[in-house]
Amino acid sequence: MKLILLFISAAIVNNFVLSYFLGICPFVGVSKKVSSAVSMGMAVTFVMVIAAAVTWLIYHLILVPFGVEILEYVSFILVIASLVQLVEMFIRKVSKPLYDTLGIFLPLITTNCAIMGLALFSVLREYNFIESIFFGIGAGAGFTLALVLMAGIREELELADVPKHFQGAAITMIVAGSLALAFMGFAGLISI
Amino acid sequence: MELQTLLISMGSMGGLGALFSAGLAIANKAFYVEEDPRIAQVLDALPGANCGGCGYPGCGNFAENVVKGIAPVNGCPVGSSDTAKEIAEILGVEAAASQKIIARLMCQGGLEESAVKGVYTGIQSCLAAHILNGGDKLCEYGCLGFGDCVKACPFDAIVMGPDRLPIVIEAKCTGCGNCAEVCPRDVIEMHPENHHILVLCKNLDKGKYAGSVCTKVCIACGLCVRGAEPGEVELKNGLAVINYDKFGDKDVLPTDRCPNNCMLVFPSAKSVSQIDA
Repeated sequence: MKLILLFISAAIVNNFVLSYFLGICPFVGVSKKVSSAVSMGMAVTFVMVIAAAVTWLIYHLILVPFGVEILEYVSFILVIASLVQLVEMFIRKVSKPLYDTLGIFLPLITTNCAIMGLALFSVLREYNFIESIFFGIGAGAGFTLALVLMAGIREELELADVPKHFQGAAITMIVAGSLALAFMGFAGLISI
Repeated sequence: MELQTLLISMGSMGGLGALFSAGLAIANKAFYVEEDPRIAQVLDALPGANCGGCGYPGCGNFAENVVKGIAPVNGCPVGSSDTAKEIAEILGVEAAASQKIIARLMCQGGLEESAVKGVYTGIQSCLAAHILNGGDKLCEYGCLGFGDCVKACPFDAIVMGPDRLPIVIEAKCTGCGNCAEVCPRDVIEMHPENHHILVLCKNLDKGKYAGSVCTKVCIACGLCVRGAEPGEVELKNGLAVINYDKFGDKDVLPTDRCPNNCMLVFPSAKSVSQIDA
């Protein structure tokens, strides 16, 4: 039960993008088309889940026993960067069009603070191994949800009669803000 | 103790780094993407100016699409027909002869020809003048003469003439179209080399007023229409327009009585002599 609550908490109530404001860069950058938003969400979710597992292992099996917790940032970055490289190779192999669509935002997952935040949160909140994996799945699902919602709205916006001075980045920011406001409604629903 | 921490840090991070890099090396082998070697060959044959004249973001994308068969072999407007031939050889297909495309200034309203409505002292840029009040010339369709096209040309193929009209140096023009894009009045057009007769005016004003704006204005009198075979030249919206599908690559003026001499034969002696000077 706690695992399900953890998942819902990470995905909806404490959505990484819309209530922690982590990972805003791809949220704005890759949310023009629903299909590429879904793919980006999948890629980030994959990196998140594996990163959550590997960073937990590294933290609890290497850093804590040797008393070098100060190295958590460095080692986490190492894990995330390698994982992103792996995902990049994989996507390039499997789908070249997708690789072209995601463009610069694919290698930029490396510096996506949502993933680093996830790894640091699960250390900070002292999750066990299973919990941090579920936390990762939830965070990834939440990220995908936010991205797809945004992409859906922006696809509609293409057809909308937006006043000239609000077109482009401005209306995107307004939409992002409104989405974040909407997600505030979930605040306090689950406290974990 | 301190030394021990140092050693542990170095050892653990070094170990992790080595582990991950080994993993990535294996993955790189496993997920190796075979790229068509012809893409690199085509890229070598291209001029590499990355001007975007072909419609793709750069020479790399163009090369990729040529090899895929999406882009035409002669799709590079900058490369000469030699480039097209070379690419065709790499791909083993026949290259259709590509006509060289040249930027043409469709205006003769220099300092002497055009009437002036005032003095423009604003930012010395066509775009600024166009947005503000249309520069100092009375004609609302002609060349503004601040040389945005000169700045936009990546090949130094446009120079500003003495009468404040840009001159296209045909030998240097590659047809990338950057100048036509920046011109706020669309007074530069891209024409194939075999369009020998051009109507060098864009003014849509009505006859009498048009005549007061510029001495080399097309007033749509229709003499050229009558002089040509039916359908070759038409009057559209107050302007003589040559229908090149029917007119073809003739290099004889349809009429020698164009009252304002706004039809010219290209390549013109005038543009060449001015550059030499």
